[in-house]
Amino acid sequence: MTKWYRENAPISAGNLTDEWMRLKRGSVTRRHFLGVTGLGLATAVLARQPGLFSSKAYAQDLGTTMSLATWPNYHDPATFEAFTAATGVAVEVNVFGSNEEMLAKLQAGGTGWDLFVPTNYTISTYVKLGLIDPLDMSKVPAFSQATESARFTSEGAIDGTTYALPKNWGTTGMAVNTSKIKTKLTSWKDFFEVAMTEADGRAMVHDYQLTTIGSALVSLGYSFNSIKPEELAKAEELLIKVKPHLYGINSDYQPGMRATDAWMTMCWTNDGAQLNRDMPEIAYILGADGGEIWTDFYAIPKSAANKPAGYALLNYLMSPENAVKEHIANGAPTTDSRVLALLPTDVTSNKIVYPDEASLTKLEFGAAVTLTDPARAELMARFKSA
Amino acid sequence: MTSSEVAAIESQMKPMTTDRKRHLVTAALVAPAGLWLCVFLVLPFMAMVVFAFGERAPEGGYQAAFTFAQFANLPSRAAAFWNTMMIAPAGAFLCLIVAYPAAYYLAIKSNPKYRLTLVSLVVVPFWTSLLVRTYAWMYILGSRGIPNLLGMIGIEDIRLLNTPGAVLLGIVYGYLPLMIMPIYVSLEKLDRRLLEASADLGAKPVSTFLGITLPLSLPGVMTGVALVTILLLGEYLIPQLLGGGKVFFIGNALVDLFLQSRNWPFGSAIAVTLVVVVVIVLSVAMRIAWKVSGSRQVDLV
Repeated sequence: MTKWYRENAPISAGNLTDEWMRLKRGSVTRRHFLGVTGLGLATAVLARQPGLFSSKAYAQDLGTTMSLATWPNYHDPATFEAFTAATGVAVEVNVFGSNEEMLAKLQAGGTGWDLFVPTNYTISTYVKLGLIDPLDMSKVPAFSQATESARFTSEGAIDGTTYALPKNWGTTGMAVNTSKIKTKLTSWKDFFEVAMTEADGRAMVHDYQLTTIGSALVSLGYSFNSIKPEELAKAEELLIKVKPHLYGINSDYQPGMRATDAWMTMCWTNDGAQLNRDMPEIAYILGADGGEIWTDFYAIPKSAANKPAGYALLNYLMSPENAVKEHIANGAPTTDSRVLALLPTDVTSNKIVYPDEASLTKLEFGAAVTLTDPARAELMARFKSA
Repeated sequence: MTSSEVAAIESQMKPMTTDRKRHLVTAALVAPAGLWLCVFLVLPFMAMVVFAFGERAPEGGYQAAFTFAQFANLPSRAAAFWNTMMIAPAGAFLCLIVAYPAAYYLAIKSNPKYRLTLVSLVVVPFWTSLLVRTYAWMYILGSRGIPNLLGMIGIEDIRLLNTPGAVLLGIVYGYLPLMIMPIYVSLEKLDRRLLEASADLGAKPVSTFLGITLPLSLPGVMTGVALVTILLLGEYLIPQLLGGGKVFFIGNALVDLFLQSRNWPFGSAIAVTLVVVVVIVLSVAMRIAWKVSGSRQVDLV
């Protein structure tokens, strides 16, 4: 009997990829990264006999693959593995750094996404452009409107029709490596000042107009959502002044922060919680002068190729016992009191995830107009190409 | 009909049929490539030109109009154009400096027995995607890579990633084989008897190199420089990964306009401008190449 040539190899291709990813990502587990990028599932699907673990009833209706568009570091890969085991549908995960990017892809057509994760302020535009379907709630029995917090979930419904279901809420603050930066930051004003001084060459801003321009506006004392030309001009001036001092413009800032290439970044709740969990010296701070509070939703694109699988995953994610695992892994606060009741107290008492109500009062939800405002889009593009 | 008439008709027919045959063969040979280029290059380019004179729709995308506003707005991307125009030739030149000795060694000095193996080794990096190799550089240049080693000998907090230097390094690394190959080919074709003659006539090795080898390899050098420069003018990946969104090429500006601000008309205007610039750069480079090398032909690959 001849042996397959790889049987005696010291390390398999899969293990090598795993190991390399783990090194590169620092303390992010490789499972996490592979899950987020979809590589893990791809490997799992390739390695697994198709249909071995799938229940026949599901497999016939749902096909074998579906595609999810979401944000960096936003899911527990185990969730998708469990979903694949339960339904036989492999989930391909696409990661995006801004709502604009998702909108651009959907507008251009042919995304192949069956489910995606838009933020609260974008949903009205998706509906207006006819890019998403009203949800057939009979296919999502696990969702419970009664236990949802209306403050965070109201933008999922437009004129009484539900187009999107809440994933979780969160805030946009700053993550600061306190072993590198001694100045105590409390506001966005501090953020941009320190970025040009103590954190010269080490600060990151999002590759995302809403938060980058919004936070610059807040630091100048304006509204996060401003589209007034003179206020935007001031924000542009500040951003272009800061740019030479930045480490990078990227919404996937965890690798840089973990490697300590970057010492400070604009940061979303869930990333702040993940970074702080693995590296306690990284603090997550909300701007005392304002900033963003948001809810991310799940929605199904009109162009989805495999809507049944999209609904199946949506329903799977809406059931509290699955959602609770997701929330523990990704560290974002839940909108659903059923999930809140199941979460362990070390999560619910985490001030990064569930901050005091007082620190939220100055935060603003993004406004729909910022998504499509040409002046903000062009400002961001000019800032990046400056 | 007299026999002479028949002969005359036959003599007319014959060239016609061979002519037609030749045309048919030409058409058959050209058709696949022509069709391909028409569908995937000419038509999209025409769409782009049309878009370039349009307007951005309120929610982004394209809206029919006829305006020169997009072209008037080009100066707002001057920095990106400038960056590209500076870094692309600089990268090509750096590639040349690294590639020439390597190609020279491969073509002239290396043992002919191993030459083929060595030349194939130059191409080996292409077996892995440039994306993965550039990611590897992110790790090498990031804090846990070289700066970590420097930290051990007391040089703390050096930042290499997300700098123009990192982008240049990535460019030289990524495009080196494309520079080595044409130079190698032109050096390999070099007639060794010329070198011997030069030595017999008393020339020192240096003057033989400067007087014979270098001029004769210029077509390869020009081809390499043109090839690398042209590809670099449209580069997106390396500045994105190793420049951290801070070192901005025109390719990055394009991606931004289509995938973030959804300003298709302005993106099209920039793309059209880039094509025009590339054509100009190409023709100027070719013109210089003829002049310098004296040959009328510069192969592009």
